Parts: sequence; structure tokens; C-alpha cells
Amino acid sequence: MTEPQTPPDHPMPTEEQERRLLAPGNPLNPRREFLRSAALFTVTAGALGGGLELLTRRPGAGSAEAQAADPFARPARPLGPYDTAEAVTPYRQATTYNNFYELGTDKADPARLAGSLKPRPWTVRIDGEVRKPQTVDIDTLQSWFPLEDRIYRMRCVEGWSMVMPWLGFPLAALIRRLEPTSKAKYVQFTALLDPKQLPGQRQPVLDWPYVEGLRLDEALHPLAFMAVGLHGRVLPGQNGAPLRLAVPWKYGFKSIKSIVRITLTEKQPQTTWALAAPREYGFYANVNPAVPHPRWSQATERRIGELGRRKTLLFNGYADQVAGLYKGMDLRRFF
Amino acid sequence: MPAVVTGGLLPAAVLVLDALSGALGANPIQRATQQTGLLSLVLLLLSLACTPLRRWTGWTWPARVRKSLGLLAFGYAALHFLIYLFDHGFAPAQMAEDVLERPFITVGFTALLLLVPLALTSTPRAVRRLGFARWTQLHRLVYVSVWLATLHYYWGVKKDHTPPLIAAGVLALLFLARWWRRPQRHAAWPLPTDRGSASP
Repeated sequence: MTEPQTPPDHPMPTEEQERRLLAPGNPLNPRREFLRSAALFTVTAGALGGGLELLTRRPGAGSAEAQAADPFARPARPLGPYDTAEAVTPYRQATTYNNFYELGTDKADPARLAGSLKPRPWTVRIDGEVRKPQTVDIDTLQSWFPLEDRIYRMRCVEGWSMVMPWLGFPLAALIRRLEPTSKAKYVQFTALLDPKQLPGQRQPVLDWPYVEGLRLDEALHPLAFMAVGLHGRVLPGQNGAPLRLAVPWKYGFKSIKSIVRITLTEKQPQTTWALAAPREYGFYANVNPAVPHPRWSQATERRIGELGRRKTLLFNGYADQVAGLYKGMDLRRFF
Repeated sequence: MPAVVTGGLLPAAVLVLDALSGALGANPIQRATQQTGLLSLVLLLLSLACTPLRRWTGWTWPARVRKSLGLLAFGYAALHFLIYLFDHGFAPAQMAEDVLERPFITVGFTALLLLVPLALTSTPRAVRRLGFARWTQLHRLVYVSVWLATLHYYWGVKKDHTPPLIAAGVLALLFLARWWRRPQRHAAWPLPTDRGSASP
């Protein structure tokens, strides 16, 4: 039997030394040292993780529970000639995933900030090449036409799509009522300009107010629609209350929101996105899988609510109805 | 530093939780793509901040966490790419077309490819095998990669370019900081290369 040898440079602590080492105040206390490391670990991991979360995470509105409970998911009425039978995008997703740069550039911004947009009272000015220029209250304007439902596909230039059950009236009915003169060739739409109601306009992201336009024959096409409702309810602010356009064969940005002015013009209007990036966004903006955006392909899209992608259809699936409008035009040039 | 690795992996855990709970919103794949991409870029910037921070403050901990930050950045970039592949149905033909024809994708893909050799040679053994001088030279690829990643970010945004421009600004500052203290490096913080050339 040999006595355990204590190395000379690491003598076993005496009981007295050990007692003093473990005393609560001693900075060399191993328990204290452990706690210190644990605290440092937690703070570092928390700070780095939290900082990264803060910089990158933008949770969207939860959607799983909204999917099942939507009464409009299966329309009760018989489908009309312009409706799609494809599954309708649930209300929750259609109203929390929006591009409405006047209310912020993030998809979740419009739903968050739409409270400042006041859709009543609201007037729409109608002028230009019309026999009956006037300023009309939105409720009066709405009362001119019987409201109807339209279930349209909507395709965003960013590569996602939805199916929207609009409520409204055909644009053609409005234009005929205004009695265009023989000089009228185009229709120009102007959105509300009011940074108090649309706080995103405080940033010069685009040239405000937002302006869009259609050729007169496009505007008179029975698919071109003015929407005042969605999912059988009044149009929410983030979706362009109280009056917006829906041209389903064109990329979504053509369907201008929160319209305050409709002008019939002789010359092609200067539209907002075409001015902001003329190489990327043309006046026509017809959905076309064969003409890529300069920075990304338009061949496929994701239907919101699906994980995979589907092939994009020419004119967003409305080619039978609208291809005739563009006969003889080079769609690569007039993109 | 295990704390840095744990902290760096927290966002990935939150991302998985968000994906499972539906908190990623209406377009979860797009959200996941954007989040992993941005995480990767932020971590790359943090890893690039280590050397100037060490030189300016004299602290040594930045040098110890640099590798972890770089590897985390690579991990998120790889995840970002995997989600893109999943998004496009793992179709190699379409991916090849994207990489060849769309500068936006070309640039992002190149940024990722440039990080691969850096991740592979992140072990001390690789440093020894390559020799420190060559290893350092190889790892300068990160400078190219991070600029390409920033350009990729810029091109991926439809209109509001503020966030990518902030990233570019931070990056420019980091490069300036590197240049600023350049002459001091040899005096105050001799690197192994300098020592190597001085030894017989």
C-alpha cells in the first residue's frame, strides 16, 4: 500500500482552505465560477440569437386555423362565365399577405397599418375625354350598378398567386355611363395621395400618387372589373378600399387600389411601375410565362396555401377571352 | 464558443417552430428563403467584423468566435439554397437555366460556391496542411462572396432597396476599418505569417 502522492505544485487543499474557497464571497469558488460561465453563456447565446431574430424574423399572421373556418371557401352560388372553379384563397391569407406600398413594403404591413385608411367619406373624380365629367360619392357610384361576384385568379409579378372572390361591377359599365368622347383611347386611374391615411407615402419608394392605366378596349373587356368587396364583405383597407381595379389577365400591380380619380385620355398614361423601372415593368404587364422578368423567371408560380409551384398560364389562364386584344403585337416588346 | 453557436442556431429553431405553427404567414417558403438568406448575410458581416474589432479594441474573443460565425453563415446559406431547390421541385434543368440566365441567381449561387472551400478548410488540420499563408489567401474569397451576396440581396428586392443598401454600407465600413489599421497590424498584432518569415 502506498500513500497517494500529492503533486508538489498542486497540494491538496486543507479543510480550512477549502472552507474559505467555497465561502459565498470568494470569486474563485468553483460553484460561483460555474454560475458565472452559465450566465455568460446564456447572455451571449441570448443576445446573439435575439439580435439575429430581431434583424431577420417577420412573423406573418397565423394561417393554419383560418383555412378551415372560411365560409366563402366553397361558393354556394353557381359559377358564372368568368369564374374559376379553383379553390378560393382563404380570407385570412388574402387580407394579410398584400402588396400595397402606400401602406409599407412588407407583405404584412398593409394589414397592420390599414386602420389609418378611411374609406368613407370618399369621392371619385371622373374627368378627361368624357361627356359627363363629375365628382361622385363612392356610395352613389356603387348604386349605379348591380353588384356581382367574380372569382378571379390573381397573379403577382413576384411569382405568387391567389384566387380572389371579388364583389363589384364591370369597368365597362362605368365607362359607358361616363360617355367617352371619340378622342378617348386610354383610361388612367389614380390612387389616393395622403400620407396621413397612407403612411407608406412618407417614403419615396415610388412616385406617389400611384397611377395605372389600361387601353380603352382592355378597359371595356368584360373581365375588367371594379371591386368594392371581397369574400362577400366590404373591401378591407389593405386590399384597396373602397374601390379598386381587378384585371385578372395582368400582373397584380396593374390592379390599382384605393382609386380617387378616373381620367379618360388620348395618350397612353405614364404608369407608376413603368416609370420606376421601365426595363422590368411595362405598360401592358400581361401575365406571360414565356417573357421572364429581367431578374427572375415567370414560368412558374406558387398559389398561396400550396407548397409546390404550378406552371404559369398565358394571360393567367384567360387567353381564350383576351388574346384577341393583342393580335399582331410582339408580346416581348410590349411586355 | 459554444454560446455563439447556440445563439446562432436559435433562429433556425425559431424558424422550424414558426413553420410548424403557421407563423410564417401566407407564403411560408418565401419567408423561410428570405429569413435564411438574411441570416447568412448578417452572420457573414459579423464574422467579417471580428478582425477589425480585435485590432481596434485589443480584445481576443472576436478572433475566437470568428470561425463559428463563418460556419454558421455557411450553414444558413446552404439552408437558403436547399429551400430554393425544394421550392423549384429539385429540377436540375430549371436550376441550371436559372443559374445561367438570371444574374440574380448566378450571383447568389456563386457566393455560396465560394464559401464551400472555406467551410471545408475550417479545421486546424486544413490550416496546417495548406500552410497558413495559403490558407489566409484562400479565405480571402469571403470578401468576394460577401459582396456577391449583398448584390444578390439587392437584386432580389423589387423596390425598397434600403435594407440591402444598409448591408452594403456596413460592408464598406468593415473594409474601411481593415484598411485604416493596416500599418499597425505588424507592430501590435504579429500574425503567424510574419513570425513564420522571421524565423530561421
